[in-house]
Amino acid sequence: MNGSEFSWSEFFNMGGYAVFVWTSYGLALVMVVANIVSPIIERKRVISRIKRAIRRETNTGKAG
Amino acid sequence: MLKAFYHLLARDLRLAFRSRHELANPLIFFVLVVSLFPLAVTPSADLLMVMAPGVIWVSALLSVLLSLDRLFKQDYEDGSLDQLMLSPNPLVILVLAKVFAHWLLTGLPLVLIAPLLGMFMYVPDEAISTLIFSLLLGTPVLSLVGAIGVSLTVAVNRGGVLLSLIILPLYIPILIFGANAVDVASDGMSVRGQLLFLAAVLALAISLAPLATAVALRITASR
Amino acid sequence: MFKRIWGWIQRFSSPKHFYSISGKMIPWFAISAIFLGVYGLYMGLFVAPTDYQQGESYRIIFIHVPAAWMSMFIYVVMAVSAGIGLIWQIKLADMIAAASAPIGAWFTFIALVTGSLWGKPMWGAYWVWDARLTSELILLFLYFGYMALQSSIEDQRTADKASGLLAIVGVVNIPIIHYSVQWWNTLHQGATVSKLDKPSMHVDMLIPLLVMAIAAKLFYAAIVLVRARNQVLYRERNRQWVRELVEKL
Repeated sequence: MNGSEFSWSEFFNMGGYAVFVWTSYGLALVMVVANIVSPIIERKRVISRIKRAIRRETNTGKAG
Repeated sequence: MLKAFYHLLARDLRLAFRSRHELANPLIFFVLVVSLFPLAVTPSADLLMVMAPGVIWVSALLSVLLSLDRLFKQDYEDGSLDQLMLSPNPLVILVLAKVFAHWLLTGLPLVLIAPLLGMFMYVPDEAISTLIFSLLLGTPVLSLVGAIGVSLTVAVNRGGVLLSLIILPLYIPILIFGANAVDVASDGMSVRGQLLFLAAVLALAISLAPLATAVALRITASR
Repeated sequence: MFKRIWGWIQRFSSPKHFYSISGKMIPWFAISAIFLGVYGLYMGLFVAPTDYQQGESYRIIFIHVPAAWMSMFIYVVMAVSAGIGLIWQIKLADMIAAASAPIGAWFTFIALVTGSLWGKPMWGAYWVWDARLTSELILLFLYFGYMALQSSIEDQRTADKASGLLAIVGVVNIPIIHYSVQWWNTLHQGATVSKLDKPSMHVDMLIPLLVMAIAAKLFYAAIVLVRARNQVLYRERNRQWVRELVEKL
């Protein structure tokens, strides 16, 4: 990327440091995705747990 | 207040001397770990001399860590900790007494036996006094900071690994400066800076760690 | 006056109120984090010039340095909110502290790995006992200690307070640890020339760096709120308002 025409292959090559640069960016992406996904899964789990508890209580309420 | 301090100190020492064999364990552990290194690496004097400060300091660290358990654990289990916390004396003073007793029983013996280990590891004669002084300043900090960790984990079953996970990172500055003091003294240079740093950390630890320990005990040990 | 402020704080920090307010805040943080992140990546990967010493490999800086900043920033946030929780008994502050730890540990991990990936072309080795990398490693241990303590105490209130105290002890220690590691490093600096320290900072390099740092902060803000909301739901699971809310979902 030294002023002349832009080329994608040159961009991905990163001046020979492709492995290091793209692994870093890739890991950062993994970290971002993991941090978004894990609390969402956690939220679903908490909600379903509370729902189950409510159902159990209303059921035993009817029985008794 | 002073009376309460002496009273508790005397009690802890008396209790410890009742089980004398247990008293020697950290000391034996210390010597044992250090003597593993010549066996594992090489008995050559040149190499051992280079490693000596680090090996001795890391072993001292681990030895104190393993002995921390008896600082509050027993008292927690038999309920005497509850009584201490109910006593009208400030908990900070009582904590200080217990930590001081712990240091007298584990830290001080390590300091006293260090010259022998220095000899094992070919520490030059002129560095032996630095080894003693650095341990003398450093081991009380290990007991003081360790007390915070023990009081946080006192109610946790099998908290041994957890305790080391919490405490070892906090020991790093002491390790760096203590081992370096001995290293530098072996080259015959002045170690005033290192020892002053250790003294400063000790002063800081004496003033803050018992406070944190007292707060931690109120959090975890109240039933 | 003081009483009014106190009342206001208590009202705001009630879990219920927090839950509804944070729900409105999260999209704003998330959208601005995405916007700034994309802009920062564009500036960093396409606009910023090649470094004359390190070539293209320096572009790792746009990941590494914001991650390292975040790792320390989050620890401080964690310790401060743990302190607030401990002193003023505000449950919400404890939840923020507990929610911050895993995110902080992630950022620390990323700072470590990208640091070593940057180190390979610069130093010729993946790991060098450089002052900064060593400090990050110790910071990661501090995070692990906090999380281990938090999860090993069963009673939630006790766990919050105990781990909160540990966070405060840690934050008092961090400057001492940092100083001693720095000092230790200058003693043993053999072949390591700390090139990570000063890449000649062109303005076009500085701007994406700062943009990425702000994007990371906004990202943290969004995620910590999502995590804290999970904590609210879980801890208040027996309250009426949570039950009504859950039934609607």
